[in-house]
Amino acid sequence: MSGGHRPPVAGGVATGAGPIQRLPAEVKVAAAVAFVLVVAVTPRGALAVLAVQGVAIMGVVALARLPLGFVARRLAVVAPFLVAAALTAVVAGGPRIDVGPLSLSEPGLRAGVAVAAKTLIGALTSIAVAGTTPIPDLLAGLGRLGLPRPLVTLAGFTLRYLDLVADGLTRRRRAMTARGYRPRRLTQAGPLAASLGTMFVHTYERGERVHAAMLSRGFTGAMPEITVHPRPRAAQWATAALLPMVAAAALAVAWAGPGLA
Amino acid sequence: MHAPDGFLNVGTAVATAAVSAGAIGLSLRHSRQELSDRQIPLAGLTAAFVFAAQMVNFPVAGGTSGHLLGGLLAAVLLGPATGCLVVATVVLLQALVFADGGLTAIGYNVLNMAVVTSFGGYAVFLAFRRLLPRSASGVVMAGGLAGGASVVLSAMTFSLEWLFGATAPVPFDTVFGAMVGVHTLIGLGEGLITAVTLSAVLAVRPDLVAGAADLPRAALAERGHWSARGALWAAVLTVAVVAAAVSQLASSSPDGLERVAGDQGIEGSSDAPSTAAHSVFADYATRGIDNEQLSLALAGLTGAVLAGAVGTGVLASARRGRLAGGATT
Repeated sequence: MSGGHRPPVAGGVATGAGPIQRLPAEVKVAAAVAFVLVVAVTPRGALAVLAVQGVAIMGVVALARLPLGFVARRLAVVAPFLVAAALTAVVAGGPRIDVGPLSLSEPGLRAGVAVAAKTLIGALTSIAVAGTTPIPDLLAGLGRLGLPRPLVTLAGFTLRYLDLVADGLTRRRRAMTARGYRPRRLTQAGPLAASLGTMFVHTYERGERVHAAMLSRGFTGAMPEITVHPRPRAAQWATAALLPMVAAAALAVAWAGPGLA
Repeated sequence: MHAPDGFLNVGTAVATAAVSAGAIGLSLRHSRQELSDRQIPLAGLTAAFVFAAQMVNFPVAGGTSGHLLGGLLAAVLLGPATGCLVVATVVLLQALVFADGGLTAIGYNVLNMAVVTSFGGYAVFLAFRRLLPRSASGVVMAGGLAGGASVVLSAMTFSLEWLFGATAPVPFDTVFGAMVGVHTLIGLGEGLITAVTLSAVLAVRPDLVAGAADLPRAALAERGHWSARGALWAAVLTVAVVAAAVSQLASSSPDGLERVAGDQGIEGSSDAPSTAAHSVFADYATRGIDNEQLSLALAGLTGAVLAGAVGTGVLASARRGRLAGGATT
């Protein structure tokens, strides 16, 4: 897709200590997935239910006291999809309605609004988890939720070296720009790709050095767990379950009541 | 390409999650030997590389830009199974840590961006390897062409998922046309960058390219002269041939039929389907059915192409794994 990715902001997350920060990682991830699943099954006509779910997740983000700038930067990632959702109103079939100068498809408009709402709720949920959980805890939590061990280790290495690799690419890019490289057409992308190639070789050779260093320190194929993780208490599960429960309750009320077609 | 939550319906999300989990389980089994020891830090650093490379925007045309997916690049560098794991890890982390791609969308995001690009793309890579000379430049060209194709395969997968899990009344043809059209352009960039990256790696450390492991040293040293421009023209030519073939099927064509209707003086047929009960509009009425059959044929063809490509990639990976296992033990 166009737009691309911003450089990651792996630092500066998980600050402060609040009720959300104190919950164990696996509890938070499980609750987040359950919540997003409930949001996903909410019919697209039920805008009131989506509104309740949106308020619920905004409440969680507020409770976590995440910096507004951090939330906004992370939300920017979904902007292209909000545009795509808006476009469905234009290209979809079905009866048309006039909104100002535009003739929009009515089912397309409904679908677009629902998709946009679900997109935003989903992104806020991820932000709430990522913003309140230190990355090593998050990975360990995923492992305890059943993600295969090699994948957890792989993800750990990825995140550990991500900033370094991204930084290397940024430096190369800056050096090329300083020497007058400003690609305008695809045929001029060659040097950019060549720098990716050398970057890969450097990255891989760093990996070889890292691996040799780890072997000399007794690496056996899996990272030892340094911190002791107590099993989450029932009360913590119950606290985290509040979020999906609220979402499900809103959906159930709408289903039982006459409001939902 | 990182679809957010609620973009496809829950049934599709669950089904694709099951398929993706299966593919990842398979990849884990194939690459267990490598991942249990040597390659974990290397694979992790490659994943960091793919993650970072996805942040590099390249210009496509008219001020728009695309970014690398890197699935095929990882597959050629590390083998399809490990490549699939690497890109799946990237997609997972993007969803969990950077809110890029929804949590419930992980199933289809992993399928589209990791499984199909690495296994499906690798099958295309092997096919081109057979056609092209057994040399370093052959590997580079095959990698570039398969890199472009992997993006198109990914877009085709998304369209197919849309057929089953649409959340808005946009027909399959429209989504297919738009997705494949846009991603053909992006695929040009992906192909070019994949080729030049492979070329740079082959020049320095040919031993790091799993997709060229079968080549003897002499063939690796044999490097043809080719420029970014030449590669781009080759890619454009390939795309043009593929696009011509697809458009024959895709739109042969509602527009054409409409024009015929206009030429024959059937006025108003295009905007009055509800009054089409009379004999004048009999032709028009069949157009809908025609179109539907066409759409189904297109969907079926897409499914067959995807299944064939991914299946071939998985088989190739399995064969490679056995050979490697036999060689090391």
